[in-house]
Amino acid sequence: MNLDSKIPEGPISEKWSNYKFHAKLVNPSNRRKYHVIVVGSGLAGASAAASLAEQGYNVSCFCYQDSPRRAHSIAAQGGINAAKNYQNDGDSVYRLFYDTVKGGDFRSREANVYRLAEVSANIIDQCVAQGVPFAREYGGLLANRSFGGAQVSRTFYARGQTGQQLLLGAYSALERQIALGKVKMYTRREMLDLVKIDGHAKGIVVRNLVDGEIEKYSGDAVLLCTGGYGNVFYLSTNAQGCSVTAAWRCYKRGAAFANPCFTQIHPTCIPQHGDQQSKLTLMSESLRNDGRIWVPKKAEDASKNPNDIPEDARDYYLERKYPSFGNLAPRDISSRAAKEACDDGRGVGPVVGGSRRGVYLDFADAIKRDGKKAVEERYGNLFEMYERITGENAYEVPMRIYPASHYTMGGLWVDYELQSTVPGLFVLGEANFSDHGANRLGASALMQGLADGYFVIPYTLPNYLAQNGAKNIKTDRPEFEECVKEVKAQIKKLLDVKGTKSPRHFHMELGKVMWENCGMARSKESLEKALKLIPQIREDFWKNVRVVGDEHSINNELERAGRVADFLEFAEIMVLDALNRDESCGAHFRIEHQTDDGEAKRNDAEYSYASIWEYAGPGKAPNLYKEPITHDEVKPVVRSYK
Amino acid sequence: MKVHLKIWTQKNAADKGRFTTHTVENVSEDSSFLEMFDILNEQLVEQGKEPIAFDHDCREGICGMCSMVINGTPHGPEKETTVCQLHMRKFKDGDTIVVEPWRAKAFPVKRDLIVSREAFERIQQAGGYITARTGSAQDANATLIPRDTLEKAMDAAACIGCGACVAACPNASAMLFTAAKVSHLNLLPQGQPEKDKRTIAMVETMDALGFGNCTNYGECQAACPKGITLDFIAKMNRDYAVAKSKQIAKG
Repeated sequence: MNLDSKIPEGPISEKWSNYKFHAKLVNPSNRRKYHVIVVGSGLAGASAAASLAEQGYNVSCFCYQDSPRRAHSIAAQGGINAAKNYQNDGDSVYRLFYDTVKGGDFRSREANVYRLAEVSANIIDQCVAQGVPFAREYGGLLANRSFGGAQVSRTFYARGQTGQQLLLGAYSALERQIALGKVKMYTRREMLDLVKIDGHAKGIVVRNLVDGEIEKYSGDAVLLCTGGYGNVFYLSTNAQGCSVTAAWRCYKRGAAFANPCFTQIHPTCIPQHGDQQSKLTLMSESLRNDGRIWVPKKAEDASKNPNDIPEDARDYYLERKYPSFGNLAPRDISSRAAKEACDDGRGVGPVVGGSRRGVYLDFADAIKRDGKKAVEERYGNLFEMYERITGENAYEVPMRIYPASHYTMGGLWVDYELQSTVPGLFVLGEANFSDHGANRLGASALMQGLADGYFVIPYTLPNYLAQNGAKNIKTDRPEFEECVKEVKAQIKKLLDVKGTKSPRHFHMELGKVMWENCGMARSKESLEKALKLIPQIREDFWKNVRVVGDEHSINNELERAGRVADFLEFAEIMVLDALNRDESCGAHFRIEHQTDDGEAKRNDAEYSYASIWEYAGPGKAPNLYKEPITHDEVKPVVRSYK
Repeated sequence: MKVHLKIWTQKNAADKGRFTTHTVENVSEDSSFLEMFDILNEQLVEQGKEPIAFDHDCREGICGMCSMVINGTPHGPEKETTVCQLHMRKFKDGDTIVVEPWRAKAFPVKRDLIVSREAFERIQQAGGYITARTGSAQDANATLIPRDTLEKAMDAAACIGCGACVAACPNASAMLFTAAKVSHLNLLPQGQPEKDKRTIAMVETMDALGFGNCTNYGECQAACPKGITLDFIAKMNRDYAVAKSKQIAKG
């Protein structure tokens, strides 16, 4: 397998410039001869589709929702980082780069991260030009705040809906190109296969979710912008339709999957209310700027009204353990600390599945210090949302929070050009593995999605196109027919089981196994247990799943069944990866590897690599390859947030 | 708790459609309305029946996908709340709840509670953007925007494009949606160069798509899950009048 990461020559600060200068270009008048397929319309997909169309390429863009504006990027609340240094507090491209590499626990590719930091400032300029209403100061300048794990104020935000506003910006640019005829938009389509011709990605097969037609589309390159796989846990902050399906089908066509075990757990979500829960809702981490996190010191206080628990009976455990970062300690550290408190029997809130899984996030001090009005101005919408979901008023009783699966750092392997191991298949945004290492810093997901779409792919894709030429491939070729046949066979297979249990049943079962054994804390024992259980669920699924309805109309059950079938396969490489990585790093915490005070203990000598999994065929164990991660700029240190 | 449901079911666009009745038991009052629907659908699957098709995705009130008229009110009884964020504690044990799709000529039903909101896309495409080619932007702080202006634009930009305003309006007018989209951009300095063109194009596209006229019922504002207010319609009318007069004056 070709795993050349194609990192350009030169000092880190000049690599991207060097690349851009040496990359091949497509003459403006030739661009209209090329056709690019973009799958997904979130921040990465919409920005890529719009930007490439603006350059003159013909683009087809696909999404499973009824409008590109509904992609799950829309749900991001907190903000987007950029090394603008508008606050004059010592930020720089190098510092954002350094923070991201360190935050990723030294498991990300330095050159990619540097480029991300480098283009971050352009993103803000671009978004403001489109009319994204970032928060401003009274004088009219842009406002910033500091965000989980950062010691400078570099985060731009738009109330509690930064994701929606950024996506509306990219979406408006996309809609403009649709109106101009440069982008053809296909909504309510789910990608079910990748078509390769002579080894290159040249098309896709999708299911029209309205009439059930299996459709085929060809292009000169395919851009996969289909987000992460957090729904492998069943309960996550992802949207209901988010899945690994597109990425997984590409994996089965030869695109290698990197670091699948790196999944991020977000510390500030609303705890589960019971067994009927279908998703978890995140509340912006910015709440941690003013809220204080605590649990009772004694387990017997866990069921008490929090306002009746006196100050000296409370354990503000983050402030106690990490005095300099306190409640702003990075996501993985905060999440694990909450789990430990609950494992210790000191969790609060309702008993779900035998234990209380929640900790308090208390605003009483902030209200006393700054007044209720100030707190309301900062977090009013979040307090409202909390009340809507829980029925509790967080101005009067502390909020309850608990970690939930939120973002996946792993994804399809890509080189510096964002090209996967399948030539012509490019992977952008959360769907790739490149920039966040073992853990993503807050407010960096939006930055990466837009960096890839606005400022990376418009330079790297032409380099591929120029060298491969416009092929004008027709969809009547046998390679397309073959894929269509396979997709139809899979659908028929699902419908023909005619068992007794719903697809959701299996999804819940898988989610439970993954959360318990491959979630916030993992061990050799738990992972081996998962490796036994997953094939059992999969076998049960193919024997007993019941998919009602037919394939010729809107059929949510069929859609879910297909996604669950893929999760049931994917889960196995996620666990294999976690088992192989016999160290703790970032969000991947192996309980065997921790310091005396419970911190993740990396093993740089043996595990300073990205693990890359290659499909070996049905029923066969995947092949593992390793891309060494070098530390030329930032020397690994033990992350200390004390 | 236990609830009885009267739900609109319709096989496809050509089918006439009808109400079907269902009962769901053991619903937690902490469950969301859509989680109650999940239970219902699991129940139907268990009986070998086809589940009720409905649109939903983020389940946190921001994607704008969910769209149900509950007891005659788009998104149900709770103020400024989408269906996915509506919780069962807002209902009583034993309640009968009527659930219908968005009903408007411009939003044809695709199946059960799913409608097509393609018309909104058309309105956006007519002018819901600021032309700012990627890579051509000036520094983000080069143009100062007074905070009040920004906040007002942000109020309009909060629209999630769900279509509740259309479903609530006796005329099935899309004025609130269009006004929110137009105003977000028209209020900002970046949006000035295309302001007149945008306003005329978006309003005229809206009219051409079969949405009704605004006659100031105000139902849209009451139904909007994001609190978009009627004054944006007034603002759009003003912008439209100005743009039109200029067009006429120019000949």
